[in-house]
Amino acid sequence: MGLYIAKRLLAAIPVLLGLSVIVFLIMAMIPGDPATAILGSYATPENVARINEALGLDKPLPQQYLIWLGNLLQGDFGRSYALNKPVLDEVLGRFSATLILAGTSLLLCAVFGLLAGVVTAVRQFGWTDRIVTFFVLIGISTPSFFLGLLLILFFAVKMRLFPASGMFAIYGGGDLPDLIHHLVLPAVTLAVVATGVIARLTRTAMLEVLRQDYIRTARAKGLSERRVIYHHAFKAALVSVIPVIGIQAGFVLGGAVYIETVFQWPGIGAMLVNAISTRDILLVQGGVLVVAASYVLFNLAADVVQSLLDPRLRR
Amino acid sequence: MKRTIASALAALAMSLSAPVLAQTPPNVLVVGQIAEPKSLDPDAVTAVNDFRIVFNMYDGLVRYKDGTLEVEPSLAESWDISDDGTTYTFHLREGVTFHDGSPFNADAVKFNIDRMIDEDHPSHDTGPFPLAFYFSAVEEVKVVDDHTVEFQLKEPFAPFLSNLAYTPGLMVSPAAVKEHGKDFGRNPSGTGAYKFVEWQDNSRVVVERNPDYWDGAPPLEAVIYRPINDANTRIAEMLSGGLDVMVEVPPDSVAQFRDDPGFTVHEQAGPHLWFLILNLKEGPFADQKVRQAANYAIDKTALVENILQGTAEVAAGPTPPAFAWAYNETLEPYPYDPDKAKQLLEEAGYDSEELTFYVTEGGSGMLDPIAMGTAIQADLKAVGMTVNIETYEWNTFLGKVNPGLEGKADMAEMAWMTNSPDTLPFLALRTEAWPEKGGFNSGYYSNEKVDELLSDARTSTDQDERAKLYKEMQEIVYEDAPWVFVANWKQNAVTRASVEDFKLQPSFFLMLQDVAKP
Repeated sequence: MGLYIAKRLLAAIPVLLGLSVIVFLIMAMIPGDPATAILGSYATPENVARINEALGLDKPLPQQYLIWLGNLLQGDFGRSYALNKPVLDEVLGRFSATLILAGTSLLLCAVFGLLAGVVTAVRQFGWTDRIVTFFVLIGISTPSFFLGLLLILFFAVKMRLFPASGMFAIYGGGDLPDLIHHLVLPAVTLAVVATGVIARLTRTAMLEVLRQDYIRTARAKGLSERRVIYHHAFKAALVSVIPVIGIQAGFVLGGAVYIETVFQWPGIGAMLVNAISTRDILLVQGGVLVVAASYVLFNLAADVVQSLLDPRLRR
Repeated sequence: MKRTIASALAALAMSLSAPVLAQTPPNVLVVGQIAEPKSLDPDAVTAVNDFRIVFNMYDGLVRYKDGTLEVEPSLAESWDISDDGTTYTFHLREGVTFHDGSPFNADAVKFNIDRMIDEDHPSHDTGPFPLAFYFSAVEEVKVVDDHTVEFQLKEPFAPFLSNLAYTPGLMVSPAAVKEHGKDFGRNPSGTGAYKFVEWQDNSRVVVERNPDYWDGAPPLEAVIYRPINDANTRIAEMLSGGLDVMVEVPPDSVAQFRDDPGFTVHEQAGPHLWFLILNLKEGPFADQKVRQAANYAIDKTALVENILQGTAEVAAGPTPPAFAWAYNETLEPYPYDPDKAKQLLEEAGYDSEELTFYVTEGGSGMLDPIAMGTAIQADLKAVGMTVNIETYEWNTFLGKVNPGLEGKADMAEMAWMTNSPDTLPFLALRTEAWPEKGGFNSGYYSNEKVDELLSDARTSTDQDERAKLYKEMQEIVYEDAPWVFVANWKQNAVTRASVEDFKLQPSFFLMLQDVAKP
């Protein structure tokens, strides 16, 4: 198992390296430059050239890339010129906020998705199935940013139950209840689509398993229905659902980009949006690399969990 | 299992009913901003968004008198101007200290100006100084004694005092600049009514009352600036009680706040112009008649009434009416007259050549640029001009427009907010301001008479004389129509009804020294 994980981690290195090249090239290709972003409307070509020189952006691309990579290997992600602070500090700080949001969402969608999937499979074609499936479909088809606005309008503006934006109260607060209070709306918004996807897949997987002979055998042996469903069928279905949850973790992270903007959550998504518009190249590169590394880790984690559940995969 | 779920739900319900609702505390003003500031170093910023913070933390030698664009004493109690208009002697207020405890004196003034304009100054590398050209007329700053400082100008320069009241004229603490270097923008120190407390990325900038403020400590204990980029989220925060002040309310939402007695809507016309730069070097707009035709063809009243919903007024020329003394009242905006436009196009021999029109997605002072661009395209189409829109994100857009439109486009949207009637025409209408000469005349307008008038108006120290020159300049530019003059924006803000003495300024600065919120 240890060897397997180590191999997978080593395999991630060329992926990350390739990604760094692509991100670097994309940032170099998009028009507009940091100097114009710094100077605003007053960007004369002369001033632009002066700032590009100061930032080292007048050097040839390969040289810029190698300098960046060399620093990276020494653990130096560079300095964000727009925020005027080390990129790594900023990225890690922001990423932890994103992990709180995405982690909560993932927990929500795993719990509710699996639950809905099992219930609808067990009560196939019953009323519960129809009602839950109806909501699952709505959930899958509603764009998250739109749902986010609806939730803000209803729960923040009309009912005043939850704050409309931010991670902590702007004045006072700052403790765990305050965080949870701010977390509810964005986490739910982010979880809805993934919940639907997991519910659909769990339903299918469960239905498949429930038709198997060994389930019939278990029932014939006189095991309680609950034991049959949750111990035998659910565990078997879980094996095929776990990798999907791993993939959903990626989607939830990606979705966080929009949701963080709608809810002003100080996460890495909102940071990247800002960094791209201010052409904060080093910050974009650092942020994308950390997000990409986390994708690799999530997928690895999903595979490990899956192989723990299904010993056949370990070989 | 059931019991666990039930108790979890009960706990959730209890936590929700706890009174942690969004409610701003008394005596602390929460201001909803449109973006994170770039820096809190007044010399390094160009956006109104950042001005709204820095003008509460710093003072200049002079400032704009409340409700006007006229200059009055601030850190300088008085000043003398030599007869030839090239020497300004400022007598500084005594006993003023920066927030970091260091004294404000003549040395500090010299440090501030030198840092920007002298590339060899030890602190010059503490920032890009995009507005340093505001002081390009300064030859030398001399310290006469501790509280007297003399500015020697290369030539008479009329906008000088006004420029001292603008952001680059705000006085920063030399001690703090030396201590923090490039990080000064995150560790600001001035002499203003509010002191810097903290800047949390993407969350808040907090400033607190300066009890020793020379002009009287402000009533508010603190001001919190919250960056909320998304306009819908900003409105939701305002409605749900998380903000006391919201600036730049989208036109669609102004009515909603106006109808609600819990809020007050504030509006103030300012020195803003939204216009179209036309390419005079090549293509159809090289012909004056075609440029005039464009001015007649575009229904500006419909633009400001329908798209901007009354948050702007139709512009008549290059100078906004906010510069009351320099504004030519006799100029009427080009009326909406498509027939006249067609006739002019025919006279010019325009044979429906296709035009390229640069439109931006958004940007400082650009209002609703895509909707406006589309409406303009439709108006021009109606008189037979085929316009192809190319849309760019703001930074990309500036990178394309500022170096000049030649070979790329026939027209481009643009907006300027300035502090003196001199700035915009001087930087964007003179022959000497063509992009290759380092200016912003991206459409290559050139008129000898205008050059002469602008140069005279800049060096004359007599305001009546200057007014006469500017008014004449406006008449010529109006006739030449190097731009399509579209709109002058009225900035707006919404405050909670409990906020007292809140006022918007024609300078577009947000002055919070007298605001109270009991």
